[in-house]
This record gives sequence, C-alpha cells and structure tokens, in this order.
Amino acid sequence: MNRQVDSATLSGGKLMNRQEEMFTPRLKSRQLRNAIFKWIFFGANVVGLLALVLLLGDVVRDSWGWLDWDFITSFPSRFPEKAGIKAALFGTIWLMVITALVAIPVGVATAVFLEEYARKNRFYAAIQTNISNLAGVPSIVYGILGLTIFVRWMMLGRSILAGGLTMALLILPIIIVAAQESLRSIPNSWRHASLALGATRWQTIRYVVLPASLPGILTGVILALSRAIGETAPLIPVGALTFIMTVPKDFMDPFTVLPIQIYNWTSRPQDEFRCIAAAGIIVLLIVLLSMNATAIFLRNKYQKKVVE
Amino acid sequence: MKWLQKSKPIKLLSVLVLCLVAVFSMTACGQTNNNQPEAGNEGQGSKLSGSIEIDGSSTVYPITEAVAEEFMTKNPNVMVTVGVSGTGGGFKRFIKGETDINDASRPIKDSEAQEAKDNGIEYVPMTVAYDGITVVVNKDNNWVDKLTVEELKKIWEPGSSVKKWSDIRSNWPDEEIKLYGPGTDSGTFDYFTEEICGEEGASRSDYMASEDDNQLVQGVAGDKYALGYFGYAYYSENTDKLKAVAIDNGEGAIEPTMETINNGSYVPLSRPIFIYVSKKSLKRPEVKEFVKFYMENASRLSREVGYVNAPNSVYQENLSKIN
Repeated sequence: MNRQVDSATLSGGKLMNRQEEMFTPRLKSRQLRNAIFKWIFFGANVVGLLALVLLLGDVVRDSWGWLDWDFITSFPSRFPEKAGIKAALFGTIWLMVITALVAIPVGVATAVFLEEYARKNRFYAAIQTNISNLAGVPSIVYGILGLTIFVRWMMLGRSILAGGLTMALLILPIIIVAAQESLRSIPNSWRHASLALGATRWQTIRYVVLPASLPGILTGVILALSRAIGETAPLIPVGALTFIMTVPKDFMDPFTVLPIQIYNWTSRPQDEFRCIAAAGIIVLLIVLLSMNATAIFLRNKYQKKVVE
Repeated sequence: MKWLQKSKPIKLLSVLVLCLVAVFSMTACGQTNNNQPEAGNEGQGSKLSGSIEIDGSSTVYPITEAVAEEFMTKNPNVMVTVGVSGTGGGFKRFIKGETDINDASRPIKDSEAQEAKDNGIEYVPMTVAYDGITVVVNKDNNWVDKLTVEELKKIWEPGSSVKKWSDIRSNWPDEEIKLYGPGTDSGTFDYFTEEICGEEGASRSDYMASEDDNQLVQGVAGDKYALGYFGYAYYSENTDKLKAVAIDNGEGAIEPTMETINNGSYVPLSRPIFIYVSKKSLKRPEVKEFVKFYMENASRLSREVGYVNAPNSVYQENLSKIN
C-alpha cells in the first residue's frame, strides 16, 4: 500500500505541483464550512422540534387523567369534571367539511382560470396582487365580512353554514396561491403534447395538468385547513357560541368550535378548567392530524400515479 | 387512454360519496345522542319547549352557563345557547332584537338605550351578582397593609409619576413597582378607571396589560414588587399565591371578601353585573321560566362559580319585575 502511494507521488510529482499552482483545493476549509452549514440547518430543525416537544409535553401533562370517553361525549358544564367537548368537536367537524367543500373547488377553479385561461395582462396582475394581499388580511376582518354578507345580507343567520362560508373565504387565498404554484410547475411541453394529440384545453387540464399538480394542490389544502381549524376570531362575530347542549343537525343550526371552547376554559379562574382546556387541545390536534393524514394519503396516491 | 378516462371520474365520485357518508353519519350520530338527555329525563315532566338565545359579557358567562346547565336538565326540550361577544358586542345584537337576554358587566349605555328605543326593543335590567375588583400584591409583600383611593389614583392615573414603591409612601421600599392590569377591552378596566381615576378609560399605559386574567395572576404571583387588579374570582382561586389589599375609601380599610362585597361595604370597587331581558321575549313561557329560575338560583350558582351573590332582596325585586 505504502509503496504504491510512494511511487505514484514520485511519478506524478511534477504534475501535482502544476495542478496546485492552477487550483488550490482548500479541502480543510471547504469541509469545515460544509460541516458548519450542516449544523446550522440541523440546529434550525432542533429549534422547531424542541418547541413542539415542550409544548406537547406541557399539554399532555396538564391533560393527564382528564381526557377520557366521557370528555368526548359530554356537553359543557360548570363542573370541570363533568364538562365535555362534544358540541365543539362536532361543530369543528361540520365546519371543516363545509369549509373544504366550498373552498377547495372554488380555489382550485380560480387557480386553473388564472394559470390556464387568463391572459397575462394588467387585469391579471391586479387580481394576482389582490389575492396575495388577501392572504395577509387579519382574520377578524373576514369575521366582520361574514357577519355582513352571510349572516345579515344573505339571511343565513348565525348558522354553521355562515361560519363555514366565512372560513372558506379566509382560506381561499392560501389555496389559490398554492394551486397556482403547483400548476405552474407542470412543464409546458406536457400541455403542448396533449394539445398536439387533439385534446381540447379542458381535456388537457382534466387529464394532464390537474392530476400532475394534485400533490402540490393538496399540500396547499393541508396548510389552509390547518389554519382554519385553529381560528376563533372570524367566528365570534359570525355568532359561534360558547355554551350549547346540542350538536348541529343541519346547515342552519347554531354551533361552537373547539378553539372557542378551549379559549373559554383557559380564561376561567379555576385550575381544573385549564386541565380540560389541555385535553381539548389534544382532541383538536387529533382532529387536525387525521384531517391532514387523509390529505397526505390522497397526495401520496396521486404522486405514485404520476411516476408510473 | 380510454380506461384512464373512465377510471378517474369513479375515483372522484368515490371521494364525494365518502364525504357524503361522513356528513350523514355525523347527522345520525347527532340525532341519537341528542335524544339521550330527553329520554333520561322522562317523567320529570316539563311541557316547556323552544329556544333561548343569550349573548354578551364573558364576565357574566360562567353564571349564565351554570344556570343554563341546571335549567336544561330540568327542561330538556328548551335549548339555551350562550355566546360571549362581550358586553358591547352582545348589546349590538340585543338592541336589534336578535337575542332574548344579554349578559352585561356594565349598565346599558345611553347610545345603546336610544337605539333599542328606536328599534322598539324594551328590556328589564336585573342584577345577578357582584364582582369585586381586587387589588393584589405578591404574597411576600409585607409592607402594604392598605391603600387609599387617592393612593390608587396616584398610581394609576394617566401620566402618573409613581415609579417606585417609595413614591407612594416614603417608608415603603425604594424598589421599582411593577404594575399589572387588564387591557382596554375589558369591562373591569372600564369600571376601575371610572371609579379610581374619575373617568372611564383614563389610565396610565405603561403597565403589563393582558385580557387574560390568569396571566395577571401569574405576573403578580411571580414578582415581589408587583401590584395588579382584576376580578375577585381570580383572587379567590389563588389566595395561596396572592395577597389582597384592603381599600380605604375614607371610612376605614375594607378587605375584599364575600361578605364585604355582598353587603356593599367594599366600596368603590364592587360592581353589580347584570342580565338584560327583552320584554318581548319575556312573553314566551320558556324565557319567563328561565329568568325566574335564574333569579331563584343565582345566589347559589354565582358562589359556585366564584362570584359574590347579591343580597336576597335584589333577587326578590327582580322576580317581582317579571310577574
């Protein structure tokens, strides 16, 4: 081994020198920098992860012993040990279904129009800027809008339908922007190939563009619904309640949602209410995770299909 | 290509069907569960039915929640719902005739009363309990025995020059005073500033403000040189961490207790909290029965949730208003 290396250095000695004159590899410093950045990126992950672990640990500790089947199946009560989350849990599920059924079709259709049909003129630029800005509007503003349009003007009253439509407005910009990004990532050659085969524009969108961009769209949907499920501010003006002993049976029923119930419990003077608030947070997390799991399942399914 | 075209709509259809199934199963679930309390309370026999809409202050909410809970176990066919839009937000709905009862931590304002009159809404205000605003210091604070109203004003008035405890009384520690209080959206803030500083909303602004009273409790409990104020219920749940300051209104120092707030000697920081009942709604038997039930049980229930009950005569007077 040693001998081989020696002879190689001997025979190529001159060449090595010439190479060193032209190019300094600075291996040490480059590798050091490589390591530093690796640790910086890793550290960034640790910050988020640590915060999450601490938060979850705290919530789980507070809720220990409070989260049981009775908690899921009971209505609110002034006694923490009797209080439950049923009305809020069903309210949240209803609200999310309505929000998703409205926001996803409208959002995706808007994105398809903007990306596939609209001419890129000033009108387009104006709409585009507005949508991006709407994504940053404080959520209470959507609540006031919902109160004016859905509750008063469209006479929906303080129903779960009005709440769901308000939430749908809130998350529309997020879905539109995500869907647009996803549509843009589909190479134009695919569209051209489809059109060249005689497909209409709609057929191209339906069978080529949308299936390929679905994973990206679903990621946007996950982000949007995750935001909607934790919101309280827009629902209070629309009329979400705090105390209600029934679950919604149709679209016009009054309702409450998990974050409102949780917030109310955290602001009570008695310590026990903060424990059931923590239990409520766990229920909210479970709903959120199962909702996202469904979206991720769909996304993976379509991702595989495209690879084929 | 053709098989692809056919399979896709089926996939989409199945997703839609799944959604529908989910909605239906929820509906079914809701109905079966909803029948349970009715079945369980059969025989207790109440012919009342209908719904009662209540909204308003989050301060009054715990009492109304307790009353609604009790009332619904006795009258399972009446649906009572309670929101927490705040006193002002609740009044906005109440004076439009959208709600039957409004929880209020302050009396109705002239502008609100005028609008109610314009809309033809008549109402009956009823005191349901007292809330004593409590001035608190840290458990380790051994120098404060009492504060006079003037001293409180000196501390909290706009542009106050009090920076250290020794600025209040010269024999108190030469340490910075840390102030905690509710934010400007709170009814407690409105009441305190009006009673102490003489004008609603007049307060120094360089203090730790939070709408969440539990944060104020934590703040004062964790700082030896802190002083704060909030509702009595938050003090009575935390007597092991906090010390209430007796308030001297010129007639001797009075400590906030259930008794002093109830008998009205804890002045000026004890305030009544109300419900406002629409006269039109009172004509409905279920609303009338609910308000009656409220007044008969408010004394016990307000104590249970940490408030101070009003004297019995107040409830009797309220009862006479609805008959």
